[in-house]
Amino acid sequence: MNERLAQLQPHLRSWGLPAVVVALGVLYPWYVESLAEAPLIGEFVPALGSMVIMIVFTMMAVGLNIVMGYAGLLDLGYVAFYAVGAYTAAWFASQHFEQVTFHFGSTGVSEETVGIHLSIWLILIIAGALTAVAGILIGLPTLRLRGDYLAIVTLGFGEIIPQFVRNGDNLFGFDLTHGTFGISPIDSPGFGETLNSALSLPVNYQQSFDRARLFYLTAVVLLLITVFCSVRLRDSRLGRAWIAIREDETAAAAMGIPLMRTKTWAYAIGAFFGGVAGAFYASFKSGAFPADFYFNISVFLTCMVILGGLGSVWGALLGGMVLGYLNVEGLAKIGSELNAAGIEFEPTKYQFGIYGLIIVLVMLFRPTGLISERRHREEMEHGVADAPTYDVTVEASDTDRERAND
Amino acid sequence: MTSALDRIRRSGFVAILGYAVVAVVLVWMIGNIIEGPQQFFQVATIGLTNGLIFGLVALGYTLVYGILQLINFAHGDVFALAGLVSSSLIVSALGLDGDTAVIGIVGGMLLTLVLMMSFFAVINATIEFVAYRRLRSAPRLAALITAVGMSFIVQNISLALYNVNFHSVPNFIPRSEAFSLAGVSFSWNKLAVIVITLPVLALLTWFVTSTRQGKAMRAVAQDPEAAAMMGINVNRTISVTFAIAGSLAAAAAIVYLLQFNMRYDTGFELGLIAFTAAVLGGIGNLTGAVLGAMIIGFIQAFNEGLGWYTPGSDWTRSIVFGILIAILVFRPEGLLGERTPEGA
Repeated sequence: MNERLAQLQPHLRSWGLPAVVVALGVLYPWYVESLAEAPLIGEFVPALGSMVIMIVFTMMAVGLNIVMGYAGLLDLGYVAFYAVGAYTAAWFASQHFEQVTFHFGSTGVSEETVGIHLSIWLILIIAGALTAVAGILIGLPTLRLRGDYLAIVTLGFGEIIPQFVRNGDNLFGFDLTHGTFGISPIDSPGFGETLNSALSLPVNYQQSFDRARLFYLTAVVLLLITVFCSVRLRDSRLGRAWIAIREDETAAAAMGIPLMRTKTWAYAIGAFFGGVAGAFYASFKSGAFPADFYFNISVFLTCMVILGGLGSVWGALLGGMVLGYLNVEGLAKIGSELNAAGIEFEPTKYQFGIYGLIIVLVMLFRPTGLISERRHREEMEHGVADAPTYDVTVEASDTDRERAND
Repeated sequence: MTSALDRIRRSGFVAILGYAVVAVVLVWMIGNIIEGPQQFFQVATIGLTNGLIFGLVALGYTLVYGILQLINFAHGDVFALAGLVSSSLIVSALGLDGDTAVIGIVGGMLLTLVLMMSFFAVINATIEFVAYRRLRSAPRLAALITAVGMSFIVQNISLALYNVNFHSVPNFIPRSEAFSLAGVSFSWNKLAVIVITLPVLALLTWFVTSTRQGKAMRAVAQDPEAAAMMGINVNRTISVTFAIAGSLAAAAAIVYLLQFNMRYDTGFELGLIAFTAAVLGGIGNLTGAVLGAMIIGFIQAFNEGLGWYTPGSDWTRSIVFGILIAILVFRPEGLLGERTPEGA
């Protein structure tokens, strides 16, 4: 008996805390109101709507962690994946393409409404798939480049895609993105009449009295799926290959890991979650606008991953929620508190400076982040052989290279 | 997949594709010359001056990259901060405007250049000392991420000091015509850009090729360890490199101010353009940086100023980044880059 308990203990330790966090997260809508009335902290409790946004960004941070944390590829254009996801939702669940009328599983819109209207659940998957394809397309030509070039190329894509979206209202006469106005409104998720009467699932979120709570719970479920996939991927053959590449590309290649394919998978899977998050967010706020996709968002997401700890899923969760909170509500509230205390300082105006400062401070003083992942800590302490894969000195195979400056 | 890409890279296909693109660009330019020769050359003067400004900034990227293999993201924002500080120096402290005597303008410009270039040399060396030095032995990703963070910090310092509005200087160097050549006019402020930039470039060339410190820079860029063994103070050399990069950014900012107004985030986009220029020319290669910058300057000016089948300014950013991506994919060593990552 005791033996079995001892066997159980490590499981308890590794699953106990997450279980408590998940329970607290799922039950949040039921105690948020009483929490908001609590003294001192009450003012700073985020509302349900803000929580949805925080969770969406956390989802992207967990996705980015796959690219940046696991595989060690700095991606400064993650916002492009967010944009692809959001616009996928906009194309397939709005009145944008008024030339056609096509309905499939959509809820809350009448049958006569023009445009393509697919079920949001289907769109989440389509958006993820399309974004993964976009990730592969970006990855194929660029992943051979060494890390810092990769960063700048992804940054380039992160700049091109928003510009394309802004200018996309007249592509040889065809209106693809509706330019700076964006596409709005976008249908909201729902389960339709049949499932409503069978399982009493809500017909349509937007028309429900419980709108915020429904969106919140859906966001939590999506985040849990992301985290689950992320953890399982880390421990999978593919995940171990990513970490091996991060630590030493030469050794990884010598062990028979196909570098390009493995890296491309990291890109595709990381992009997938970014796309799903983007599509869900577009449906939540019922619109996709080019102004949402700018470089600062990419840096903001990077900051979440860095603060939490590169390569650590729980770190990305923590970093995402903390910075997401600061972004959505926290800084504004701190600002008004400061103003009330007579200090003239607007934290929201300097938010990206604050995130930059966080990045630099974390990198200088705790490069492994708040929740450091064991392997990553060791890499930071003992160093890794992260010399470039594509070295311009040798035009030869992937593995043929010199150790740079060591 | 890799081998397929290798085969594509090695085959003549890429070369043909490259020549095809260049040919299309040439046809487009010739078409524009025929459509409106005067407009074409007028626009070319804009390209020339912008290219020189990009070149000064691109040199900063290329110098730092040559020696540390670090993309100093903060460089563009140092440029913007330098421009803003210069604007207040010119407007408030020196009070230059259209009525100032010629001698006052020349003296004022020289004073601004000297003050700003030395001040931002110190600032840029300080950034290296505070943010990058500790990370020199860390994985390269760490330094790169820190540089992104630094970029935002510097940008927000500009924001805190100068708020969100645009700042400019009065037209103390007139925008009127200095001389005209076959109907193409060249204004005084464009001439000033050339008059200021060329000596700075000459000075830099002299410094890097002929002085002891310049030789030390090249040595450290080639092999820091061997350089250290030869008795070169590597840390000081790196500081000097950052200082030079900072002063080049300040010089670029001052000539930029003669034509455009700037605000706290001007440096972000200009920095990216300049970085593209540095990569286009072959990063680490000083001549290449200027050449790449001239090409980018002309392409940008032609794209925004010509009338015959041009995408227009809405697409400038996409075109510049398209060039960057194409270069990195097909010719990562750049136009003039040697097939070594070293060599300043």
